[in-house]
Amino acid sequence: MRRRTFLKAGVAGTVLLAGAARIPAAAARAADSMAARGLSSADRVVVAAIAPVMLAGALPAGEAKAKAVASVVDGVSQAVAGMPPATRRELGELFMLLDLAPTRRLVAGVSRPWPEASVGEIAAFLQAWRMSRLALLQSGYHALHDLIVAAWYAQPESWPPLAYPGPPEV
Amino acid sequence: MAISDPIRQGLARGWKVTDASRLERDLALEADVVVVGTGAGGGVTAEILTRAGLTVILVEEGALRSSSDFRMREGEAYPELYQESGARKTLDKSINILQGRAVGGSTTVNWTSSFRTPGATLAYWQSEFGLTDLGADALAPWFARMEQRLGISPWTVPPNENNDLLRRGAEKLGISWGVIQRNVRGCWNLGYCGMGCPTNAKQSMLVTTIPAALDAGARLLTRTRADRLRIAAGRVAALECRALDAAGTDLRPQRITIRARHYVLAAGAIGSPAILLRSRAPDPYRNLGARTFLHPVVVSSAVMAERVDGYKGAPQTVYSDHFLEQAPVDGPMGFKLEAPPIHPVLYGMTLQGFGAGHTALMHEFAHAHALIALLRDGFHPESPGGMVGLRDDGSPVLSYPLTSFVWDGARRALLAMAELQFAAGAKRVFPVHEQVADGYASWREARAGIAQLPLVPFKTRVVSAHVMGGCGMAADPRRGVTDSRGRHWHLDNLSVHDGSLFPTSIGANPQLSIYGLTARNASLLAEALARRRAPA
Repeated sequence: MRRRTFLKAGVAGTVLLAGAARIPAAAARAADSMAARGLSSADRVVVAAIAPVMLAGALPAGEAKAKAVASVVDGVSQAVAGMPPATRRELGELFMLLDLAPTRRLVAGVSRPWPEASVGEIAAFLQAWRMSRLALLQSGYHALHDLIVAAWYAQPESWPPLAYPGPPEV
Repeated sequence: MAISDPIRQGLARGWKVTDASRLERDLALEADVVVVGTGAGGGVTAEILTRAGLTVILVEEGALRSSSDFRMREGEAYPELYQESGARKTLDKSINILQGRAVGGSTTVNWTSSFRTPGATLAYWQSEFGLTDLGADALAPWFARMEQRLGISPWTVPPNENNDLLRRGAEKLGISWGVIQRNVRGCWNLGYCGMGCPTNAKQSMLVTTIPAALDAGARLLTRTRADRLRIAAGRVAALECRALDAAGTDLRPQRITIRARHYVLAAGAIGSPAILLRSRAPDPYRNLGARTFLHPVVVSSAVMAERVDGYKGAPQTVYSDHFLEQAPVDGPMGFKLEAPPIHPVLYGMTLQGFGAGHTALMHEFAHAHALIALLRDGFHPESPGGMVGLRDDGSPVLSYPLTSFVWDGARRALLAMAELQFAAGAKRVFPVHEQVADGYASWREARAGIAQLPLVPFKTRVVSAHVMGGCGMAADPRRGVTDSRGRHWHLDNLSVHDGSLFPTSIGANPQLSIYGLTARNASLLAEALARRRAPA
């Protein structure tokens, strides 16, 4: 995908964005910061909100849950940091859409800031993107799915419920 | 028990290896031949050319890792050993591509399945692309030579349960199946081939041809991206490379320029066309990057009553070609059935859905059986494959349209896999599709359900581990990028030695096809270079 196509396609695909005049500069900033490293603090908030919904029933309960979510956020950030620049830029555009309040509301349909959004609201957002007719939103869903699922199931803490003993000793 | 590490031993013996992520200044190097890429094509080429007495430089964008580093953990292996951390995708993001990126290329991480190029494929190349010198008889000695070199032989250990279910289902249905040949010596049957072999049993390029070439004096540059060929007067004058950072993702300022008598591209079917595109290599008939094939794969998961433990034991040991043989090669798309390894990250990413539904499937992990169908693309006018292009930053990207012709094959494949899984005793079958939530409880239910599924991008999970084509061979320069020896039609001192040569997909896991064809072409090249060097 060419640079910024994610945003352009978003604009083309969702007339809703037309009024958000400040977006291009913000997009450039978000994408450039992503090109430099892993998740920004704003991106981390988004992943921390989405991960427990994406992984519902998989994460431990109680106090261990916050630690598990934090480890998933770290894992996603590391995965993003290890991507080539072009992929980092595209992911930067995806997270920019989710970070900024106008696009979070209009494109993701999440009315409240991420830490306050309900499980139902986040699940509805994931389901809408997953079943969307727009390739852009479907690919955004799959990016979140793959990053979050991979970050969790890479961790030995996730293996006991799978009855997976982990790799053998050699 | 300590496992000896041939790479660390070789480095201690004084192999000439330069990690460009640590380079402090520009480098200018010379050799008889420079080989870009160290996978199936580059490894075999390097060994044969060094044996012929030629000086060789190998250029690899991945890192040099070895058995001491291979800890069988997905979270480490995918970022370390795969292109784009295992998340490489096609342009529209609808197909996931697994490709290696390390010394040894995809051979370092593949699942060891070894098949000679099928006769039907070679016959099609002869009739459609004029490749009359690549018949089955002509290639047989080259395959035999590489089988011997790499310990390729049928797997005689009993298959793991995941593969045995494929065998039992096929027998129940009365369809043919066979035992896969593997390139291993003294295999421990662990099941972690995809994360780098921790015991050096897998006879990848990393532990065979590359050590041989380095022992014979070849030089290896790692974390080095071949950027472009400098072209003048119908010849390549130099290869310009860039140093990568330690993560292998970003460019560093240091440049490496290599001059050679001959240049070999073996950077894989996305990488090799990309170098030629960046170099603006002559392409008068617009063949470069075109006809790129993937063996698009659809997946069917099942839950069995007993434990399957698909993570354990050699990953792919049983196959069925029944559905490749039901129609002529240029008829409706056929497919090969195999049983892949099942590990938590790859399995979790592949499965449909999120939240409770996804988690419920993951909790059946130990009872999960998986089948994959590799669709044979490139043999029909409605299966022209994809196109490699360049992003603004010069990095390659593959566009691959999933046509109705492909989806027709995909639907038959999902049906065939579900029927086979029920025949093998599955309790439930889950074709990997976003609209299959609870799976199917019987073949009857699955047959009705799969017939109704909308097979479209994203809803249907499509993956690939075999990228082929893009620098296709043809006897006529209007039809291909190279001739049947892999020599570029328009650049005198340039060859392509990898899967990008294939004018169609192979219809089988391609590694042995690359080994055999490269052994032949590298031997022909060694002779040609020796002749040219002989005093007049």
